Amino acid sequence: MKAGLAVPLGVAAIAAAPFVASTYHVLLMLPFMAYAIVLLGLNLLFGYTGLVSFGHALFIALGAYTGAFLTTHAGIRSLEVILLTAAALGALVAIPVAALCVRYVKIYFGMLTLAFGMVFYTFVLKFYRLTGGDEGTPFLRPSLLGRSLDAMPKIDYLVGPYYYYSLAVLGLAALVMWRIVQSPFGLCLKTIRDNPVKAETLGIGVTRHRFVAFVISAVYAAIGGALLGPPTGNVDPTLAYWTHSGNIVFMTLLGGFTSFFGPVVGAFVFIYLQNWVMSIVPYWRLIFGAMLAVIVVFAPDGLLGLVTRRRPALAGRG
Amino acid sequence: MQKIFNLACGSFYALGAYVGVSAVGWYVGAGGPPALFIVPLALAGLAVGVVGVVVERGLLRFVYDRDETFQLLMTFAIVLMMEDAIRLTWGTAPRSTAGLYLTYGQLRVFGATAPVYNLIVIAASLAIALGIGWLLTRTAFGRIIRATADNREMAEALGVDMRRVYAKVFTLGTALGTLGGALVIPATAAMSEMGVELIVEAFAVVVIGGLGSMRGAFVGALVVGLLRSIAISVYPELEMLLIYLIVIAVLVARPRGLFGGAAA
Repeated sequence: MKAGLAVPLGVAAIAAAPFVASTYHVLLMLPFMAYAIVLLGLNLLFGYTGLVSFGHALFIALGAYTGAFLTTHAGIRSLEVILLTAAALGALVAIPVAALCVRYVKIYFGMLTLAFGMVFYTFVLKFYRLTGGDEGTPFLRPSLLGRSLDAMPKIDYLVGPYYYYSLAVLGLAALVMWRIVQSPFGLCLKTIRDNPVKAETLGIGVTRHRFVAFVISAVYAAIGGALLGPPTGNVDPTLAYWTHSGNIVFMTLLGGFTSFFGPVVGAFVFIYLQNWVMSIVPYWRLIFGAMLAVIVVFAPDGLLGLVTRRRPALAGRG
Repeated sequence: MQKIFNLACGSFYALGAYVGVSAVGWYVGAGGPPALFIVPLALAGLAVGVVGVVVERGLLRFVYDRDETFQLLMTFAIVLMMEDAIRLTWGTAPRSTAGLYLTYGQLRVFGATAPVYNLIVIAASLAIALGIGWLLTRTAFGRIIRATADNREMAEALGVDMRRVYAKVFTLGTALGTLGGALVIPATAAMSEMGVELIVEAFAVVVIGGLGSMRGAFVGALVVGLLRSIAISVYPELEMLLIYLIVIAVLVARPRGLFGGAAA
């Protein structure tokens, strides 16, 4: 595929959106960019390593709650500090979780990550002194690059400085991820996905590589999660619920896990389609469930897979 | 048995609950004696199990040959669809069979008071568990199911019609799920979220007991049920947390569950 041309065009389109699109659509771009970061990380695990996590909502919620806690309770408003703390906490929590989960593959891996996700969900829900229980915690407006922007009207802040800040973070995250998947480390991951026994024979530490991939994906999810907070101004426990984990796997599959930018496309299509469907009927799950079933049966490579026609990596006899 | 981890079993449970409420409502409205309300309840729960056939034939059979990941995602698609299908049919407000719970009165057992209805349900679930055990170990159909679970290709080569077995097993599982949902209803209320909630609990039960082991599932259910009650009375914050922690502990220490076979 002519990724060389599509990527600058995509970036230019996102950068130009606040000038041409309506405020409503520009605001929808904010969760899109946050989810795009999450999915870049998730796909390192899903598409490149062949492990499907049903618990990554844990790290999204962890990042979001980190930001909410820092702005509301600790008086720290700098988004740079928030993102770094979220990333560090994401890694810190991911280390024990990953160490346990990567000992298993396939369905056991999915189940174990789901269990960890629900542990965190219950924790968030029950320890309301720290997290605000089911009402959640406010995410106060963070300052960007040391400049407090509290005086700005909320919409101007979100479609202006915050929008480009998110875009910059997404760009950086994509660049770093691109380097990771092109590196020898990334090649090792693909080898592990295609044939773990052979990888082991070749001297690749299979478990260690899976572990590192898991931790990196958790850091990405935490950063993306922290960016989800400011547009709504509040974070609540549904972020950690297992169906949220399912939805992000859905987004990845929708766009196509076999290509680097597939998940990004998936996040975009999912968010816009969901909004459009919900504006017509409230039953978006019915339609999206049917859509997911169709994708699973007929287009396991997702939307980009339909374009590029690459051989599915995970389809076929497992 | 089919080696499919079905995220949608909770949705069938919720469906059974709603259908149960509707059936009892209709039954009472038609002037049936309240003392027999459990009959339409159970029948409705079993009858709606036929959605299992639809789901299996319409969706699941396409993914049997696929990677487990896609099977998991297919059941997730069913979860999404069922949740809204239930909302579409019954609305979002909780539904309950008001007042019928204590129709059968209460009974004192070992110094504790228990509604007779609970005892009926306990007896019924014991009977079902024994029935399933009998079906799996003592009948030809049960032997075919177990053979299929062990080695699908071999069973097929010996002349077993895989499509029929899968359809029957899945429908049976669905019917048990919907029946369970219907039976629990008099004691609580049907909510559209109950399916998504239950799956996590069912998952805990199965993991603790061991995947593919009926005895394990039964013990797992007992463990989870008892732990929840103990945790609620001692330290309510820990209720579900404790169960997940045990699930993780079991998965780490004995990934095949307490009763899992060697080839789980």
